[in-house]
Amino acid sequence: MAAGPMEQFEVHAIVPLEIGGIDISFTNSSLWMCIVVVAISLFFTIAASSRSIVPSHMRSLAEISYNFIADMIRSAAGSDGLRFFPFIYALFMFVLFANVFGLIPFIHAFTVTSHIIVTLTLALVVFTMVIVVGVLKHGFRFLKLFVPDVPWYMLPLLTLIEVISFLSRPLSLSVRLFANMLAGHIMLTVFGGFVVSLAAAGGALSFLSIAPMLGIIGVSALEFLVAFLQAYVFAILTCIYLNDALHLHEHH
Amino acid sequence: MDVEAARFIGAGLATMALIGAGIGIGIVFGNFLSGALRNPGAAAGQTTNLLLGFALCEATGLFGLVVALIILFG
Repeated sequence: MAAGPMEQFEVHAIVPLEIGGIDISFTNSSLWMCIVVVAISLFFTIAASSRSIVPSHMRSLAEISYNFIADMIRSAAGSDGLRFFPFIYALFMFVLFANVFGLIPFIHAFTVTSHIIVTLTLALVVFTMVIVVGVLKHGFRFLKLFVPDVPWYMLPLLTLIEVISFLSRPLSLSVRLFANMLAGHIMLTVFGGFVVSLAAAGGALSFLSIAPMLGIIGVSALEFLVAFLQAYVFAILTCIYLNDALHLHEHH
Repeated sequence: MDVEAARFIGAGLATMALIGAGIGIGIVFGNFLSGALRNPGAAAGQTTNLLLGFALCEATGLFGLVVALIILFG
């Protein structure tokens, strides 16, 4: 039972499948992604099925989250950003549920977003969509995004810096989510290890094992906040990048 | 020097990035608090920016932590 803190992140195949040498097994990561999607669908099906005048709890939750994201898109990307509401809402809900489901104790829950490949895929989808939207809307004038409003002698250096910071967006978006989930879960496991080793040390030290336990309770509370916050930050940064692509440097 | 020993030293040094994260988060929340205590009515409208600033600051520190974990476990 002396598992290191990294063992909870191991991906192992539940149903091994292979096509032409490529491993496409159904892993525990895939299982938890399916659980997340089923949970989201169930949540919205139950929420939307209530027909009473006074909304039920789940319907209120669904409407609150809907308005929350709609307001966020309207303030960050403007009214024409609302075209992307389904995409951003789906992204937010997936990341939120994936983060929160990883915190469920006792059932060896696997955090889908604690793997860089998952968060990198999501970030690359966002990045590709931003570029495609920008190019479709503005054509080659999209490249004006990298040309800030400065005197001519500063242009070469600043354009280079702008391009580099644009290209670092998917990287920072993915690593931010990945690092937060990884660090939180490692911290929880390490505190759990402290509880076990203090309790096993026997004698006077067994009573001290309550301290890491309180630490776990505090860190879990923090982790729920971080789960929600990281989903929200992912969504709002997507809106901000969309705003850059839709309105190149325009001021409202 | 042993590779294992160098790994541990490198991982320990890489976590020093979190000093910056701690200072930055303190600055963000401290400025929010001092502004909110002067103008409580406007504080509620800025909680969005507060949480966004906190998350971005924390993320930068965690980039350094990821390097430490890569050194330790990669």
